[in-house]
Amino acid sequence: MIKYSYIIAFLPLLSYVLIVFFFSKREKTASGIAITAVVSSFVLSLIALFETLADHGPHIFEYEWIVIPGLKLPLSIFFDPLTAVMLMVVTIVSSCVHIYSLGYMHGDPRFSRFYAYLSLFTFSMLGLVLSGSFFVTFIFWELVGLTSYLLIGFWFEKKVASDAGKKAFITTKIGDLGFLAGLLVLYWAAGTLNYSEVYHQIEENQIPAIILTAAGILIFCGAIGKSAQFPLHVWLPDAMEGPTPVSALIHAATMVAAGVYLTARIMSIIVVSHTAAMTIAYIGAITAFMAASIGLVQNDIKRVLAYSTVSQLGYMIMALGVSGYTAGTFHLMTHAFFKALLFLGAGSVIHAAHTNDIQQMGGLAKKMPITSKTFFIASLSIAGIFPLSGFWSKDEIFASIYHEGHYFLLALAVLVAGMTAFYMFRLCFLTFTGEARDYHVYEHAHESPKTMTYPLIFLAFLSIFAGWVGMPWLEHGYSSFVYFEHPHHAAANYVLMIVGTIAALSGIFLAYQMYYKRAIDPVKMGARFKPVYTFIYNKWYFDELYMGTVIKFAYWFMEVLYRFDQGVIDWFVNFVGRFGMFNSRVWQTFDVYVVDGAVNGAGFMTRWFAGGLRKIQTGAVQNYAFVIFLGVVLLMLFKMI
Amino acid sequence: MVTLEHYLILSALLFCVGIFGLLTRRNAVGVLMSIELMFNSANINFIAFSKFITPEALTGQIFAIFVITIAAAEATVGLAIVVLMYRNFNAVNVDKINFMKW
Amino acid sequence: METGIFYILAAIILTSALMVVSLRNIFHSALMLILCFFAVAGLYITLDADFLAAVQVLIYVGAVTILMIFAVMVTHQLTGTTMRQVNEQPIPAALIIIVLFILLAIAITQTGFEVIGKFPLMPTVAAIGTALMTVYVLPFEIVSLVLLVALIGAIIIARRD
Repeated sequence: MIKYSYIIAFLPLLSYVLIVFFFSKREKTASGIAITAVVSSFVLSLIALFETLADHGPHIFEYEWIVIPGLKLPLSIFFDPLTAVMLMVVTIVSSCVHIYSLGYMHGDPRFSRFYAYLSLFTFSMLGLVLSGSFFVTFIFWELVGLTSYLLIGFWFEKKVASDAGKKAFITTKIGDLGFLAGLLVLYWAAGTLNYSEVYHQIEENQIPAIILTAAGILIFCGAIGKSAQFPLHVWLPDAMEGPTPVSALIHAATMVAAGVYLTARIMSIIVVSHTAAMTIAYIGAITAFMAASIGLVQNDIKRVLAYSTVSQLGYMIMALGVSGYTAGTFHLMTHAFFKALLFLGAGSVIHAAHTNDIQQMGGLAKKMPITSKTFFIASLSIAGIFPLSGFWSKDEIFASIYHEGHYFLLALAVLVAGMTAFYMFRLCFLTFTGEARDYHVYEHAHESPKTMTYPLIFLAFLSIFAGWVGMPWLEHGYSSFVYFEHPHHAAANYVLMIVGTIAALSGIFLAYQMYYKRAIDPVKMGARFKPVYTFIYNKWYFDELYMGTVIKFAYWFMEVLYRFDQGVIDWFVNFVGRFGMFNSRVWQTFDVYVVDGAVNGAGFMTRWFAGGLRKIQTGAVQNYAFVIFLGVVLLMLFKMI
Repeated sequence: MVTLEHYLILSALLFCVGIFGLLTRRNAVGVLMSIELMFNSANINFIAFSKFITPEALTGQIFAIFVITIAAAEATVGLAIVVLMYRNFNAVNVDKINFMKW
Repeated sequence: METGIFYILAAIILTSALMVVSLRNIFHSALMLILCFFAVAGLYITLDADFLAAVQVLIYVGAVTILMIFAVMVTHQLTGTTMRQVNEQPIPAALIIIVLFILLAIAITQTGFEVIGKFPLMPTVAAIGTALMTVYVLPFEIVSLVLLVALIGAIIIARRD
């Protein structure tokens, strides 16, 4: 299967083409095609995963694409355990989201188009994962960005949605510019962009360290954009304007994970370059802390989850920055499952309550038993409670940070774990328990249809059990499957486990006191730490900061350019226009007198000659006979002389 | 002694006279007469050749018979056309019938 | 004797032919044509073509010329002798026939004809009849068809409709 793994990616593309060109009017068929395609991809990925378990690879397949003298860009597939794991994550979450959307998007006027976009996104994401060179990865990277834009702005009638789409697109493009520059640097230094060849050259120390550092940081810029890391994280919360399944698929589980995946792919560089590694680790740490702090006080259910996503992605990046290849990708996998579950659960709540504001909810557990239970499971998992999958992956991250000796980062990570537990349970308690704060919302709430709840249950199982493959006691667990260079199999560190659990439990306890028992009044707390509260409530004023600096500068620059346009370019354009008119007058004169004269002259000459010549045509037969005999005589003369 | 050349020269003279008539006579019937003269000059040639070149065979004479036949047919159709011209254009002068031009 | 007859006949032929093309009165021209045809018939006799001489008299003098005279008579009010009988190109025509004749005469005298001094068949009627019905039967039939077509064509053209 690995050999034909491109089929995995092309099935959703086929689905996209079929829907767009043939079934855009037939919603049932369209969704059926899309679901069949993505589930088939999932099955094929599963087969490929088992093959990879037997032979880790990496398996490399090359297909000629662009071959010109001096430039060879093959389409290649690089299939290693990480690829297999990513394929599983993408296809599982995508399948769940496809099925879930049957219920969530039911009755939407652009139902088929939604499925077409989902298929296109799945194709792009799978292509991104499968591709064997940075260049092809970049292409799919941009394709993923495009589909993300399309899906965030899917309800483009809402101005916020289309604005959010644009914001996401533009913000990530800033990162992508760095990515592209990084690729150019790398290509300049290495002469190739194939993963295997680049890795080989780095191992052989053929590329200077300074260039590797530059390339690594620049490529990581792409990850900053795509994975919503500080300082380009601002687009992700806004992207929540898209349909919730989209948020679950793209902005929680897969696309934002692409940045982490890319960072994992440049692990060879990170290992070599300390500067790049520290840059990555600290950006991850800052992001994790900042996003978690913002998440503490938000009231929009999806925004809380969005900041949670940013925070968790920071976690992964931080882990990768300290060379925790296994830890980062492991958390990527477990996070994909429980975060997708959280988003889909949130979607279910929004579907029932018709509001995003958790302050208006409350007591929904009674109305929505399945949603609330699965949501709690996911929250426990993300908080890192034993023995759910989040616990194992978070522990793996702690272990690798500890192993590398970055104690400050470790402390920050534990703090963020506590904050994560707090804001997740704040969300749970506010939404599902206590009194109904808005009777109207409560009255209308209802459990979602089966197409929505079954994916939730399935993901809940994964949220519990998916992490078990990474238990430190397992001899052949995740760490001996996805590893960098050689398996890093740390023994179970019980101190770290207990510290992590204490942090999580204290966060949950605080949330319980504040939002369930109401022993501590959250409003009073907010008033007491008013400056801090205001600061984090306003998301560290990042949007305002960007508005005040980057965008203000952009406007100023625009104004300058406008003036330039008015003064110089318009003048020039008008000059060109006037000159054109003058020129055309000159040529008009030429036309009238010279060209027309020639044409009329030709006609006149023809008439004049014809007027003379036609007299020969007398119509009198005897004249003609005369000419005949004249001809005869001339012929005879000619012959005889 | 009358030789073949005598007959041929006579025939050539008669032919030229016929051409002159064809080119100059205005009357259509006159034109037809001129043509008959030319036919006759041709016949003189045929029979002269028959006598002097192939006395055993009668090829020239037979050809002359055919020429006479064709001449009769030509005269018939030609005169019918003259009658038609007379009736339709009220003219028998060929230079009046000059419609075959621009 | 022979030579004398030839020159007399030749003189008659040429004179009458010239008169045919030059007389103002078209009726006189027709009469001159008859004379010319008779002389030609005489010439045929000197050429030992007795059957042809008879045919010449019968067809030309008896049929064609009579037809001409009919046509002249039908159109006689337009053939008045007062109007010009010659068009505007007699001089060029004369020049051309002179040149033509010179050329023809040169051609005739320059060509060496292989004259066979045998005495031809006399009378020719039986031989011509046999030839027409054997060797030349196909042209004979075709030419009779041509005559039929000419007959019908003449009727259709001249018919009052």
